[in-house]
Amino acid sequence: MAKTNPIWTQMNSKPIIEVKELVKTYQTIVAVNCISFDVPHNICLGLLGPNGAGKTTTIEIIEGILRPTSGDVLYKGAKRTKKFREEIGIQFQSTELLSFLTVRESLITFKNLYQRSLPLDYLIDICRLEDILNQDNRKLSGGQKQRLLLAIALANDPELIILDEPTTGLDPQSRRYLWDIISNIKSQGKTIILTTHYMEEAQILCDDIIIMDKGSIIAQGAPNFLLNEQNQGVTISLPKSSVTNSPSPFVDPSFIDHPKWKVFVKPNSYDIQTLYVNDCLNALLQFNIPLAQMTMRSQNLEDLFIKLTGNKLQ
Amino acid sequence: MIKRFWTIFIARNKEFFRDRASFGWNLIFPFILIGGFSFIFQNEANPTYKFGLIHDPQIKGVSSNHTFSSFETLPMIESIPFDHQEDAFDRLQHHKIDIVVNVDATPFKYWINQSSPNGKIAEIIFLNHLVNPTEFQNMATKNTVQGREIRYVDWVFPGIISMNLMFSSLFGVGFVIVRYRKNGVLKRFKATPLSPFEYITAQIFSRLFVLLFNLSCIMALCFWLFDLHCVGRYLDFILFYILGCFCIISLGFLLAARTCSEEFANGIINLITWPIMLLSEIWFSLEGAPQWIKTLALCFPLSHVTDGLRRIFNEGDGLLDLPFQIGMLFMMTLVFLSLGVFLFKWGED
Repeated sequence: MAKTNPIWTQMNSKPIIEVKELVKTYQTIVAVNCISFDVPHNICLGLLGPNGAGKTTTIEIIEGILRPTSGDVLYKGAKRTKKFREEIGIQFQSTELLSFLTVRESLITFKNLYQRSLPLDYLIDICRLEDILNQDNRKLSGGQKQRLLLAIALANDPELIILDEPTTGLDPQSRRYLWDIISNIKSQGKTIILTTHYMEEAQILCDDIIIMDKGSIIAQGAPNFLLNEQNQGVTISLPKSSVTNSPSPFVDPSFIDHPKWKVFVKPNSYDIQTLYVNDCLNALLQFNIPLAQMTMRSQNLEDLFIKLTGNKLQ
Repeated sequence: MIKRFWTIFIARNKEFFRDRASFGWNLIFPFILIGGFSFIFQNEANPTYKFGLIHDPQIKGVSSNHTFSSFETLPMIESIPFDHQEDAFDRLQHHKIDIVVNVDATPFKYWINQSSPNGKIAEIIFLNHLVNPTEFQNMATKNTVQGREIRYVDWVFPGIISMNLMFSSLFGVGFVIVRYRKNGVLKRFKATPLSPFEYITAQIFSRLFVLLFNLSCIMALCFWLFDLHCVGRYLDFILFYILGCFCIISLGFLLAARTCSEEFANGIINLITWPIMLLSEIWFSLEGAPQWIKTLALCFPLSHVTDGLRRIFNEGDGLLDLPFQIGMLFMMTLVFLSLGVFLFKWGED
């Protein structure tokens, strides 16, 4: 497992959530395999992982929706009581709402289930629901529904907000719209736990991330910290159409097995990961490869994820 | 707690009253049934047994047996003439008619299907009519019961009310909860401070409100159109109905306590509702049925609901006259509700 970023210990206050040796099994399947981590106050923690990694199971145990097979979850250093439900806000991955109610009525219904709640106008404003207030919630688009569900999650002015893949299935515009809202909430000092498939989302919103695979934590820390720690330099990408020379370096063992870089053959391109950019470019030039169509980018979370899990994210 | 109960109560009522298809069906269905049965049974002399009449080809046109002419006017039968004997036998074999009579033969010739119970009764009617009734005058005298006549519509009204109660409770509560569990609505509620007790009681009272609203509409309409009259006290009728509602709604909760499969819930509810409906004397009396069927019927809450409502409505009984029915319904409510709350799950684990 990758080392933990010091940011976790830099925060002085007691963690809002402590996950201790959590295990969840379904008959012979181990969904969560003895994981432990803390969630400090006022951060946005991202839980990343491929489908079936155990993200949703983990956060549903934290939410109190599922019971763990073993292990424990502490809220503000103690067992979770009824007060916990009063103080957290949850947006599930997929939820239907009561039929035949309008957006306004749905919000009021959930607001009234809590002792403490935010003013309706504030919720409408922060989640940008003005235009759909009197619309039947069955007729909302994906983005509108997610905004309503986020407003419901915020209805009780929660200290901790848990968002399970809030942008999955949304178009890029709706996704960015929701990112703005979440950034706004985050700026108000709320603690957020977010699961996502989108690396860009995690990089923009999260202060810390946990990468899970097969029920275990395989990396944990701030995105930049993990990228620096796992630094593999840059990725040089050459379209296959630009490599017409013979002999091609991508069939030559002296190039493809070179210790200073790794070659990945993609459907339309050759990707080379290296810390030794000059050496690599010189080697390509020796094969008379034209570099005019070459692209170069630094490593991102997706590269890190693929390296750690061997899985490709969306 | 009251605030949360009230919130769910209001939300569920809004759902029901805005679902026009469901709301309309709940209101119209019992009314159609009562109206339909009232119309069908308003004339007691509806033909019940079908007589196929054939003529002997060898003496065709000669007949006019006087006795048989009067027989044809009997109100309990419907005469169906056939030109060919084979056609009549074919219908008899397929139970489409109950008896075939050759009206030209002397003596009469008749055929019945041995496997048809109606055929045997038709035979008795036929043979009985060949005898002059005055011959029995010294052997039996005819009498009629005194008192208010109870029409079929008076008798069937409490039954249909209780049947509507059952369908509305089991499908309107049980089925809806399974659907909510499946699509995650219950899981969403679980993430709030709402407790199962608050949720369940809100659902029960919401459905009770809906059922009382329906009852008021159906009673008002039926009393006006069919000239119905409750012999007992209306308050007793309503209170007993409320007890019945609690019991059947609790059964709905019990059936929906755990499953996430709408198909399974639908199957279970259908499996339970049909025997209950058939054996709860909604449509016909179990008088004369084997004792084990009568005992089995006592296990069904709807039997007690129908019996109690009928006794208040038609016989003028009060609540104090129904300790057995009330006791059974109380006990069943307690068992169904306790088990339902104990087994209740918000979602799949």
